[in-house]
Amino acid sequence: MTPAPAEQFALRLHKVSKAFGGVQALNQVDFEVRAGEVHCLAGENGCGKSTLIKVVTGVHQPEQAGLIELFGEAVDRITPVQARQRGVSVIWQDLALFPHMSVAENIAFDDLVGLRPQSVRYREMVERSGEVLSRLGVTMDLAAPLNDLPIAQRQVVAIARALMNDARLIFMDEPTASLTQSETDRLLDIVRKLSAAGVAIVFVSHRLAEVLDIAERVTVVRDGNLVGVYPTEGMTQARLGELMTGHLIEHEVVARDLPDADVVFEAKGLSRQGEFADVSFDIRAGEVLGLTGLIGAGRTELAHVMMGLRPADTGEMRLEGASYRPGSIRDAIKRGLAYVSEDRLSLGLLQKQSIADNTVISILQKLTTATGLISDRDKAATVNHWIRELGVKIGSPEDAISTLSGGNQQKVVLAKWLATEPRLLILDSPTVGVDVGARAGIFRIVRTLAEEGLAILLISDEVTEVMYHSDRILHMADGRIRQTYDPRDITVPQLEERIYA
Amino acid sequence: MRDLLRPYKIELRLAVVLALICIALAVAAPQFATLPNLTSLLNNSAVNLIWAVGLLVVLIAGGIDISFAVASSVVQYIAAKLLISVGGGNWLLGFLFCGSLGILLGLLNAWLIHGFRIISIVVTIATFNAFFGLLMFFSGGRNIYDLPDWWTARIFIFEYENAQGIWSELTLSVAVMIGCVIATWALIQRSNIGRQLYAFGDNPEGARRAGVNIAVMQGVAFGWMGLMAGIAGLCQVNIVKEVVPNALYGRELEVLAAVVLGGARLGGGKGTILGCILGVMFVAITQNGLNLLGVSPFAFQMIIGAAILIAISTSNIDLSLRPRRKEARS
Repeated sequence: MTPAPAEQFALRLHKVSKAFGGVQALNQVDFEVRAGEVHCLAGENGCGKSTLIKVVTGVHQPEQAGLIELFGEAVDRITPVQARQRGVSVIWQDLALFPHMSVAENIAFDDLVGLRPQSVRYREMVERSGEVLSRLGVTMDLAAPLNDLPIAQRQVVAIARALMNDARLIFMDEPTASLTQSETDRLLDIVRKLSAAGVAIVFVSHRLAEVLDIAERVTVVRDGNLVGVYPTEGMTQARLGELMTGHLIEHEVVARDLPDADVVFEAKGLSRQGEFADVSFDIRAGEVLGLTGLIGAGRTELAHVMMGLRPADTGEMRLEGASYRPGSIRDAIKRGLAYVSEDRLSLGLLQKQSIADNTVISILQKLTTATGLISDRDKAATVNHWIRELGVKIGSPEDAISTLSGGNQQKVVLAKWLATEPRLLILDSPTVGVDVGARAGIFRIVRTLAEEGLAILLISDEVTEVMYHSDRILHMADGRIRQTYDPRDITVPQLEERIYA
Repeated sequence: MRDLLRPYKIELRLAVVLALICIALAVAAPQFATLPNLTSLLNNSAVNLIWAVGLLVVLIAGGIDISFAVASSVVQYIAAKLLISVGGGNWLLGFLFCGSLGILLGLLNAWLIHGFRIISIVVTIATFNAFFGLLMFFSGGRNIYDLPDWWTARIFIFEYENAQGIWSELTLSVAVMIGCVIATWALIQRSNIGRQLYAFGDNPEGARRAGVNIAVMQGVAFGWMGLMAGIAGLCQVNIVKEVVPNALYGRELEVLAAVVLGGARLGGGKGTILGCILGVMFVAITQNGLNLLGVSPFAFQMIIGAAILIAISTSNIDLSLRPRRKEARS
């Protein structure tokens, strides 16, 4: 095999290593991205993906031995600014944009960085950022503060900012995590457009379907080691998941019939103006009911009504046969409902507080002693029980929750709600930002809980998720329940077709 | 036109409120809308506005400073001693000494904040106390009267005598104030350094990743505040013609209130010169109007407190009523 000429590569890493303290985050990793290629970097959380990006962009310095080549030139001790000047840009998951600045200034911001005083030319800024956006085929109000834009458009602003720096290699870290299906499609279109224009894209995503759709090749990293480089043609999601985790991820329909189980929750003709209409369904004890549909179909809104976060206009809810009309989320919790929200990071967890505090936050009154103070012993016992039960990987219960990976954070959210001893658990997009291996862990827990008799409403826009983990599937569209499916009678492609049609 | 005004929503609202107050005062208190009253309003606001633009820069960069008014006193005292020891000096030396002493005190704050990763409110409460304690200790609380002649000389940039023989004048401090306002506007609105200050205040981690030099930004923000505090101290001596160690103690909250009223965000990344001017004018005109109407000075404090609460709570309502969430999911 003859080696390709160097300039065909946007990036080449040869035996690059990086250790933090005693932990080998990257171990002699090789990684190549061809010019203009869409390349996926796949691996579980903590496998070394972020470290790799940070080494290439100069945030971290690699260890001596390795070799990094950018556009055919070896680089050594690069700084973030130098990386940018050489045409490498990163679109971080949090985008690193400035919420109170205008769209134009966000796009052109990097021109302003530096300590040599220069005057700001706003007109030129607006012109140039407008040009870049039109190259992406997007029009946007350039004077609007970034704050006013939906996340999908902020994502586009971040891409435009990278192009403004004449980026020829762009890393995108989980760009689709908070986008709807149609927004994701539009983003992928832009990625294809960039690739056709000769810009190499390294795409990091937990949504394997998307990865296989957009990328030409995928590099898999596990525990800091290179597993291999594979063409996406002929690759399946199951095989990719297996390569990432190192063990086979089972995908099989587990639906079962529960004719004898009691109905735990029942909704009849539930409506709320502008959100959903005439929604009727029931959930039995021990049942996992999948609720899927496009984002915006009214699924989360329905969950909010069930949890008493807002009232229904018309219709009726019954909980274990009795009328149920929650006036607040406290009512709902008292009656035995639990809700793992889609927005774990801001709503579900107190990021700066400890794992232990987060676990017991919703049951504090149960832990108080006669003196009205919290019993440390009961608290520790509760926390330890759930950490063991759910297999949360932690250092100490007193560590801040933000030190955990996405999957483990989600388990703590689960623990927090399970501690309230609910009879109905609502899981709203429980795997957003959670990697393949940890997803499997979470669904194992879901299955065990169901077998213990808990009723579970599983809301997800990933068809495979409801398909392989629920007993029945409700399809919701435009605020109405379209149909109920038995996972045993339908295939993933059939279901996808009906949802996306 | 709507586009041009959009970034100035808070300022626009404040301007409308201020105009209404002015009209009401002009009707209720005949002395209000007279030239002598308006010029004295400007003269009396000069020091506050110089501080305010300095503080604005700190707030934009995501910090806060409690120590600037006391820092001005420290600068006055040391500069007076130094100038007397070099035989009196002149305006140029005065600006040089006061400006550089002010910058030094500001950089001390910046160093403590950046070097030891302490939040700015804690650092500046500490330096506020330390500056004041040291000043009272070394000065023994004694005033300095025998200042160089140039420093206490009255210099007018505008004079007018009306038919009744009442003089209207604008003092040198007003000219200095205008200079400080323009310089600060150029820094934060027209220079790349200023835009980096906004970025740093808005999203510190994002700014760091973009390669913004955080240490320098802290230095610029607090150094600028210090420079303004030094200049304000110089001007205040020219107005009162003596150095009184505890004269400025307590003024910092009034200035902070004015800047926040003007729309500067305590979390950083937001605030304009226009809002800052309007905020200072709002505070000054309210005080002046209540005086003219013969209302107790305590009412003034109440009104400023209420105005801040109203301004901040209504600007939050603006935010939450925007149907952002819906838009995002359409």
